[in-house]
Amino acid sequence: MTAAATPDGAVPVAPRVHWIGALDPDLRRFDIILRSANGTSYNAYAVRGSQGVAIIDTVKSGFSETFFRRLESIASYDEITTVVLNHLEPDHSGALPELLRRARRATLLVSPQARLMLQGLFDPADLAGRVAFVGSGDHADLGDRQLQFLNTPYLHWPDTQCTWLAAEGILFSADFLGCHYCDSRLFNDAVGDFRFSFDYYYRHIMRPFGSYVRDALDLIEALPLRVVAPAHGPILRRDPHEYVARYRALAARTVYGAATKTLAVFYVSAYGATRRMAEAVVAGAESASTAASEVRISLHDLEGGEAAAFVDLIEEAAALVFGSPTINGDAVKPVWDLLSSLTVVDLKGKLGAAFGSYGWSGEAVPMIEERLRRLKLRVPLPGVRARLAPTGDDFAACHDLGREIALHLLGRPTPRTLDLAQIS
Amino acid sequence: MPKASITFQDIGVTITVPAGTRLIEVSEKVGAGIVYGCREGECCTCLTRIVSGHEHLAAPSVLEQQVLRDNLAPRRHRLACQAQVLGGCLVVQPA
Ligand SMILES: Cc1cc2nc3c(=O)[nH]c(=O)nc-3n(C[C@H](O)[C@H](O)[C@H](O)COP(=O)(O)O)c2cc1C
Ligand code: FES
Ligand SMILES: [Fe+2]
Ligand SMILES: [Fe+2]
Repeated sequence: MTAAATPDGAVPVAPRVHWIGALDPDLRRFDIILRSANGTSYNAYAVRGSQGVAIIDTVKSGFSETFFRRLESIASYDEITTVVLNHLEPDHSGALPELLRRARRATLLVSPQARLMLQGLFDPADLAGRVAFVGSGDHADLGDRQLQFLNTPYLHWPDTQCTWLAAEGILFSADFLGCHYCDSRLFNDAVGDFRFSFDYYYRHIMRPFGSYVRDALDLIEALPLRVVAPAHGPILRRDPHEYVARYRALAARTVYGAATKTLAVFYVSAYGATRRMAEAVVAGAESASTAASEVRISLHDLEGGEAAAFVDLIEEAAALVFGSPTINGDAVKPVWDLLSSLTVVDLKGKLGAAFGSYGWSGEAVPMIEERLRRLKLRVPLPGVRARLAPTGDDFAACHDLGREIALHLLGRPTPRTLDLAQIS
Repeated sequence: MPKASITFQDIGVTITVPAGTRLIEVSEKVGAGIVYGCREGECCTCLTRIVSGHEHLAAPSVLEQQVLRDNLAPRRHRLACQAQVLGGCLVVQPA
């Protein structure tokens, strides 16, 4: 068994390394987008060296008193030379201003991406002359041991970094590899079963940043890890590599392998006009694909499934095409339901397009195109709209749209020359 | 009015624009993969690789240079919401 967190004490993690965080067993909703069945913890740490003490992260405001009590049980404020914030989100920076007031000698170390955020979160007077920006290759000297920094942006804030204590093989990983799971026994070999919380946290917080996750894993897998000390949830000291491997599996891309591009066509149709247009888009895409395996094309009626079920498919797809009729001046709800469920996946750079039948005003297609652009898709091809029953020309336009999208995916887009004055 | 030409390599589009246009204005019109967040030169979402014709862009402001440095942008990268085209031919790619 292991030392459990008491109301006041610091908990040893390794020689001269302590947990000084706070438990929040009552929390059920976090950052609006997350739920927790048993609360969370705000993990903060103290690392002592021969020449000073470093504090890594603080706690959410409201939990400061516990944090300071735990800190005071193992160090005095004038010993603190370094305060590291691995990202500035308020659940970890809540006690920062007060900590800097008490620890007068301490310098705050954050990543360069935190520069503009500091201005947004804190009174500049509290920080004047107290901040240094660090990145990969920098270190903080504590005398007989050093802290090093890994630049790991967007996990899940732009300024996220990890802090590495080589002397003990401890990675302070911010929210990365963390979860909302509150258990005073603190360590992964002592707490209850938190696998669900670990995966859930990944899927809601890290998943939109898949490419950054993979970059960070490249850095972290190269380290001789003994402990991963995240900012929420259990400290991973038994088999930390297994959790890193779990992230690798969760962040893995492409069911079919990178060589195969997938194109998904989604539609909703009341009288079949938009549906027949969808079939023409698919036929056009198929006509461009020489070897059947090069572009995998699928057609989905959005009324045949829940939005959540399509999200995985979209994460894999290289191109997304949406068909909607215009109903009361808008695209239809199943389309918006799906398009508002996509914040958990990385959409940047995917190709998008829209089409649909309409009666008199036809707002659906431009509204979908606008939304796709704001979701950071590329939308290079003008959408196709057909008034009521599509004509032969309309079907030909849908066919061309599908074909051109497939050619884009195959790296052979038809070059086009435009003038800004004509498309404004 | 002086003109410039910009090629968006990721979608195979070349477009003629008036001098003084910011890259982002064109990118969003043609639906290229250069995307934006703040549009104020702070978030770095619009980072763009200038494949050629770098010299045809107005020099970056102090703020843009700072944001590029803070985000560890490689050489020949600019913020599309800031970079103004002065003339000539450019080829660009989302970073
Ligand atoms: C999970 C999460 C994701 C966020 N994503 C973004 C983002 O993409 N862009 C942004 O400008 N701010 C983002 N933020 C920052 C919030 O908008 C910011 O913290 C804001 O001040 C919160 O306002 P509130 O106090 O009303 O909740 C994010 C915050 C969280 C917690
Ligand atoms: S859009 Fe934020 S820096 Fe350009
Ligand atoms: Fe966070
Ligand atoms: Fe957090």
